[in-house]
Amino acid sequence: MTDLTDLGIAAIRDGVAAGTFSAREVADSFIASVEKGRPLNAWLVETPEHAIAAAEAADRARTQGELLPLSGVPLGIKDLFATKGVETTAASGILKGFKPEYESTITSKLFGAGAGMLGKLNMDQFAMGSSNETSAFGNVISPWRRNDGGNAALAPGGSSGGSSTAVAARMAPGVTGTDTGGSIRQPAAFTGISGIKPTYGRCSRWGVVAFASSLDQAGPMARDVRDCAIMLEAMSGFDPKDATSLDIAVPQWEKALSGDLKGKKVGVPKEYRVDGMPAEIEALWQQGIQFLKDAGAEIVEVSLPHTKYALPTYYIIAPAEASSNLARYDGVRYGLRDLPDGANLQEMYAATRADGFGAEVKRRIMIGTYVLSAGFYDAYYTKAQKVRALIARDFDQAWEKCDLLLTPTAPSAAFALGEKSADPIAMYLNDVFTVPSSLAGLPAMSVPAGLDAQGLPLGLQIIGKALDEQGVLNASLAIEERAGFTARPGRWW
Amino acid sequence: MSVDLATVRKIAGLARIATSEAEAEALVPELNNILGWIEQLGEVDTDGVEPLAAVIPNHLRLRDDVVTDGGIRDAVLKNAPQAEHGFFAVPKVIE
Repeated sequence: MTDLTDLGIAAIRDGVAAGTFSAREVADSFIASVEKGRPLNAWLVETPEHAIAAAEAADRARTQGELLPLSGVPLGIKDLFATKGVETTAASGILKGFKPEYESTITSKLFGAGAGMLGKLNMDQFAMGSSNETSAFGNVISPWRRNDGGNAALAPGGSSGGSSTAVAARMAPGVTGTDTGGSIRQPAAFTGISGIKPTYGRCSRWGVVAFASSLDQAGPMARDVRDCAIMLEAMSGFDPKDATSLDIAVPQWEKALSGDLKGKKVGVPKEYRVDGMPAEIEALWQQGIQFLKDAGAEIVEVSLPHTKYALPTYYIIAPAEASSNLARYDGVRYGLRDLPDGANLQEMYAATRADGFGAEVKRRIMIGTYVLSAGFYDAYYTKAQKVRALIARDFDQAWEKCDLLLTPTAPSAAFALGEKSADPIAMYLNDVFTVPSSLAGLPAMSVPAGLDAQGLPLGLQIIGKALDEQGVLNASLAIEERAGFTARPGRWW
Repeated sequence: MSVDLATVRKIAGLARIATSEAEAEALVPELNNILGWIEQLGEVDTDGVEPLAAVIPNHLRLRDDVVTDGGIRDAVLKNAPQAEHGFFAVPKVIE
């Protein structure tokens, strides 16, 4: 019999509906895989009882002919999503022990669509990081290894590193991620899976621990484009509880999937050829161009002149918003409290925050506080918002020449744990290709497209116009159909 | 623009993060390194550009002015480090 953990979301949904296997069998297989995968440290909390309850409900629904879109599909949930009664920490010590009294909109929608939860996934603390090394609960270790026999522990990408690892190691058929500057797409690229960040406003931010509110977007990560489309449909939709939620209908993305790109123009932005980019990434990009031509698309060169300013812009805006959002962690209402003997209220705040936040979180709060402080606000924050306008305008001008953009997802394959953690800016540069579309709020997806010489996955990114998730999914599908990416990490854990 | 030790202490105070002398000293070059890198934005001509606050055009919604939530005091206090008599408890703030 097939190992059920080899199946993706569509195959599980269809198999449960056809009665080929039961939802309970699926849940049991993934629960066993989660237990076996503990050395990878991808899960902060395991919730087998939740997955089993949902599976049993799915099996009952089948006999009654009442199957839901995700009946029988067990998922992993990034620990940034508040889950009622289940510890939610954002991988930070300051939220240790926090059990929300409410359910995030996204998880409500997923569970309402019949999905179960296998557990909560490790991540970079407050989603601040690109390697999962800022978690207060230890690194996630990528299931991938280089083929040099060295067995160096590799980064699964970040911040959604537990999420990427769970899918790549066959511990979950699909997971939620969140993306502020690349936190879905870069880890997807590093682990050979697919992930899409939808248009800003598609997915509700209600109940998602806030990092940088003008950038944060939830999205799915799964084994292929179809599975991402299925999950995204269940996650999207208007939510009156999120002031920036878009009040528009959710298209049937799965139904309209097509890898035929006839009549589409795909732009290749020349500014994404960055100094020191490995030849393998350039070659992969050229390969992607061939794939899209083969699918019927016309390729045009475009210019996004402010690309090089996207990262510094991001590292003003995101820390500024974070310093404001994270002011709520004060030891009063929830989470950690550190009250030294004889301390007053102000000293309690300062001790609690010193104790509870990790080094990278403190660094970003400090930067954010500085750029928003009296006398510097205009020079930094207002300036960054103006450059952000220019970056968004670059994309608007590109859309006059093309429908979609093709770029690499990340400037390298996965690096070893510890390799970049000493130099914050080297770590920030990982997001050079993903941050511009985040600043412009555009939908963007990473799909696995090949392996580097060391046997590690590389991803290509498709960026679309606002609300054109269909175009992004379809071009990604065209790449997927031609790349024939079947590589998977050998099971060493 | 660059920060010195006094500025780092001031930022840490504003951010309500207790910082030891050694930590503050280590933060000076760290923050300067990042701020120095950020300052390349000075090269960009932004004259006449409106700062972008909302990336996707959206309108702020109005709703009826009615109570939609509340009456959940125990749930609100459930995760409090210290709750007393139906309130959040903190160290004494007025002598």
